[in-house]
Amino acid sequence: MRLVLVGLSHRRAPVELRERVALARDEAARLSAELARDGAEAVCLSTCNRTEVYLAHADADRAEELASRPFADPDVAGALYRLHDEAAALHLFRVAAGLDSMVPGEGEILGQVRAAYEAGAPGPVLDRLFRQALYAGRKARAETAIAESPTSVSAAAAALAGQVFGDLAGRRILLVGAGKVSELAARNLLSRGAEIAFVANRTLDRAAELASAFGASALPLDRVAAELETADVVVASTSAPGFVVRREDVEQALAGRRGRPLLLIDLAVPRDLDPAIHELDDCFLYDIDDLEAVVAESLEGRRREAERAEAIVAAEAERFREWQASLEVVPAIASLHARAEQIRRDELAKLEGRLGNLSEAERRAVESVTAQIVGKLLHLPTVRMKEAAVTADGVVYAEAVRHLFGLGEEER
Amino acid sequence: MAAELLVLPALLAYGEAAVAYGAEVKRPGTAGRLAIWGVRVGWLAHTALLLVQAAQAGGFAWSSWGGALNLLAWLVVGAYLIWGCRPRFRLLGLAVMPLAVALLALALVGGGAGATGTGPGFVLALHVALMLAGFAGFALAGGLSGFYLWHERRLKRRSPGILRLRVPPLESLDRLAGRTVAVALAALTGGMVVGLVGFAVRDAARFDLAMAWTVGVWSLYLAYVLLRVRGLHGRRAAHLALAGLVGVAALLPITHFA
Repeated sequence: MRLVLVGLSHRRAPVELRERVALARDEAARLSAELARDGAEAVCLSTCNRTEVYLAHADADRAEELASRPFADPDVAGALYRLHDEAAALHLFRVAAGLDSMVPGEGEILGQVRAAYEAGAPGPVLDRLFRQALYAGRKARAETAIAESPTSVSAAAAALAGQVFGDLAGRRILLVGAGKVSELAARNLLSRGAEIAFVANRTLDRAAELASAFGASALPLDRVAAELETADVVVASTSAPGFVVRREDVEQALAGRRGRPLLLIDLAVPRDLDPAIHELDDCFLYDIDDLEAVVAESLEGRRREAERAEAIVAAEAERFREWQASLEVVPAIASLHARAEQIRRDELAKLEGRLGNLSEAERRAVESVTAQIVGKLLHLPTVRMKEAAVTADGVVYAEAVRHLFGLGEEER
Repeated sequence: MAAELLVLPALLAYGEAAVAYGAEVKRPGTAGRLAIWGVRVGWLAHTALLLVQAAQAGGFAWSSWGGALNLLAWLVVGAYLIWGCRPRFRLLGLAVMPLAVALLALALVGGGAGATGTGPGFVLALHVALMLAGFAGFALAGGLSGFYLWHERRLKRRSPGILRLRVPPLESLDRLAGRTVAVALAALTGGMVVGLVGFAVRDAARFDLAMAWTVGVWSLYLAYVLLRVRGLHGRRAAHLALAGLVGVAALLPITHFA
């Protein structure tokens, strides 16, 4: 079976082209089933960054023809890539590991690869390919830090909260401002187990709206200082022209905090939180510039980790190549063993008359000895054929064995 | 001779771990794994050393100041191993392993890694073991507090690379230091009671500088525990734990040379 990949991605195709060939999940499933009717195996992977068709077929030309079918639009032809066998496998493993994503190591792609596999029509080759891709993706993320660092300001804020408090379960968050930025930051903190305790805003209606979504209490801005004593993290993002929280407000709250740290995240421009707060003991204030610098460093770190992930993915691609190469000799090996076993049985049957007076134990011994002779004779050729398959001589060896032992001739 | 042969692998492995932890800060990854293996191998060699010493010595093998440092180093590394195996706490080794190397090297210079032993049996052993367990706990708490101050400084400096290293959360360091001091204080109290009942009262020993210093250290850590209950946390608590560690560091030479 030959493996073919035809597709396009954000690397070469702008969104105007990608959207023309994008497939919804049920469309991808239908297309996979349709392509698989012609004796092929097919899986269609369609995300916002790529549409790719993976196809395995006994005939390489036919495989490419089938896999190209969804990309008939002449405008997309220039952006298409076509990869075969090992290169196609390496590409999918890189995709699953997030190495081909816009943000290296992003986590969503692994789920998308799994969904495509589940909706597709895989056979033995694509089944192995996609299982190994999912394994490579998990391994790259587990053995490197490619997926660990945050890639957005709000994720960086949540990661910083983790540096101060560890597990955020039960930590109380005070949101100052009820806009989209606050909401995004709140969702990141919520995903780590934090509790949104208060939402403060200039207009109380908007505060109440967001507070009800999080099960929090709504506050007017002038009540923020009073709640600083009980909050663990303050996230501010109002459009107020001056400071909403001043150093004196925090200083007053510190007395009742009994040394508990307070993390303050200022996402607003102009700033909502007095920078002098950072000078206070147990207070850590980060503004938008600090967080953007953290994100930039994180992305750089992901790129560094990507080099290590590439080595993991390449090793997995090599394993797949070895497995795929072994497929070429497996039928020949199986035929050889079957033929030898048939000869052994035939010869024993011919001797049936002379072996008739043997006891059951003696008969078993004869069976065992003849089976061992056959096994030992075939062991080395079997091993050598498997080794040859890995070094790309497998087809030659398989043909030679078929010719020398007349395998398949008896069926003609 | 076997004891002398075992101390060098332990020292080398601890040294390797200390250097590897330094490298881990610069570039996290392999160095951290090498460091933790250095700690494990070193501690196993160190344990074997103590077993050989115990088997060959005539009495309690660690009653000399060198011996006490040897046992203290083993206890410090052993206590660290409880946390050190967890990836987030690995970097605590940056504070603990150089200390362990220094303690073991001093023990070697002071003849504490040999197979000689003196003194009576069980009561002295219990007294020394409890006192040293307490000191090991204080050393570990000092390491945690030092780590806390370093991590707090990183957060205060708002370094862009703040998320690059896997370090324990600030609050966990503070909490663990507090708990470690509480456990170590209990061990020290037990050691002092055993010493008081076993030797001082029975032999009518006079109140000397070592005893006074021990009581001073004990009082300082008792104050630490009580102040924590009343809300002392964070940087001030860390400074107090480090001050206590200075007291412990001074206590060992006083005990043996005063």
